Amino acid sequence: MSNPSELELSRRGVLTVGAVTAIGVSAPVLAASENATTGASTPTIPVSFEVNGKAEHLSLDPRTTLLDALREHLHLTGTKKGCDHGQCGACTVLVGGVRINSCLTLAAMHEGDTITTIEGLGSPEKLHPMQAAFVKHDGYQCGYCTPGQICSAVAVLDEIKRGVPSHVSANLTDRPRATGAEMRERMSGNICRCGAYSNIAEAMAEVAGARA
Amino acid sequence: MKAFTFERATSVQDAAAKAGSVQGARFIAGGTNLLDLMKIEVETPTHLIDVNGLGFDKIEKTREGGVRIGALVSNTALAADMRIRRDYGVLSRALLAGASGQLRNKATTAGNLLQRTRCPYFYDTNQACNKRKPGSGCAAIGGYSRQLAVIGSSDKCIATHPSDMAVAMRVLDATVETVDGAGQTRTIPIADFHRLPGDTPHIDTNLKAGEFITAVTLPRPLGGEHVYEKVRDRASYAFALVSVAAVIQRDGTGRVAVGGVAHKPWRIEAADAAMPQGPQAIASRLLAGARPTHENAFKVPLVERTLAAVISEARAA
Repeated sequence: MSNPSELELSRRGVLTVGAVTAIGVSAPVLAASENATTGASTPTIPVSFEVNGKAEHLSLDPRTTLLDALREHLHLTGTKKGCDHGQCGACTVLVGGVRINSCLTLAAMHEGDTITTIEGLGSPEKLHPMQAAFVKHDGYQCGYCTPGQICSAVAVLDEIKRGVPSHVSANLTDRPRATGAEMRERMSGNICRCGAYSNIAEAMAEVAGARA
Repeated sequence: MKAFTFERATSVQDAAAKAGSVQGARFIAGGTNLLDLMKIEVETPTHLIDVNGLGFDKIEKTREGGVRIGALVSNTALAADMRIRRDYGVLSRALLAGASGQLRNKATTAGNLLQRTRCPYFYDTNQACNKRKPGSGCAAIGGYSRQLAVIGSSDKCIATHPSDMAVAMRVLDATVETVDGAGQTRTIPIADFHRLPGDTPHIDTNLKAGEFITAVTLPRPLGGEHVYEKVRDRASYAFALVSVAAVIQRDGTGRVAVGGVAHKPWRIEAADAAMPQGPQAIASRLLAGARPTHENAFKVPLVERTLAAVISEARAA
């Protein structure tokens, strides 16, 4: 009989091993192509910020996006690279509690900032309510867009709470409410190839205490 | 992405002086358009000046009874500001119709004005584009032009300006305030800020080298009904095929600007004067001399129909 612990290799573990392998293979290629493009080394930029409550100090090629700093330098691979052009939302993280596309900002532009990634929202032992709701409502299929969806969803409910209006708010000066239409409009920057949208809306509605 | 050096600006004067004197230097604020273009090497700055630490992030009243919007105010903060929502609703509506929540959180007021065209041939470095590479030709003319300009274009370029915000600022007669490396300030009416392509489509605006936008100022509120109607291929997170920004008074007079049809927000005095006469009269003046392509000829009747929707929405309010 196999040792159960060997079988209990988690999906997260498999993904981590896979990612490390991919980095191992691609890193020299990346370095070579960077040298070919530049023909010279670029002075690095020191940057310090807080990620998920931990102070980080990095010295980076100025071209390093916040996304690449998180994934490749801090090995926080929960945040995903989808389109790398701000169109899909897979890279969504919270900076100062506000959601942004981490692929469309340079790490060097975030000196002193407070960053929260999916790893900082909750842990497998203690899920964030939005993570728990995504699990309960099956708000994903392949899971690739999920960290971005969850970070975005958490920020959307905060935006509604803070009174930020949206394109579908009927009256600009009224306080917006967490209706299905409001949440769907505000989530339009997060694409799900598997089409889990209705379940994502259900999960958000549960956390918001509203109907999807 | 091409290599560049990077600095964090500590004074607007130094930043402007440097941007004016260092070949290939650019300011970076939100970065959502610049970095997008740098990744595909359409933009290849040699030096980036990060201006995010310079302030310019307040929305204040002016002595004239208007509002001064700091250049670094985010699109979200501007759309959510209660004075803007109450007195300049067309601007809030335009901002909220643009991009995604994530992008609006990062994009700045000045950066929104300075974003470059989304013409697919501008983005595709294998194609001819006079805006990207002057003198190389325009692959959009005779190419895929569904999204592109129907008026104000030239035989060098048929790109459109993608901003929603700028269309609302045009209808509100905003002014752009700048400072240069010598400390010289000036104000540019929004009507004169963006250029038509003519023979120099690679020059989007009338800013000088190193000139730094400090604020956008709105005159006193106009009252009336504020409407921004955006017609696009998706219900959210898509660029306009046609958009209409309008401020309409009870007596039917008002003003109107159109997006998605030209190289800049499109507004014509004679069309404003025709407001009480209805959508057909307004549209015929707005689009007099239009030269649509085979693929975007639909925009001409679409402008009139969108105007009809805007006018009936204002009446119903």
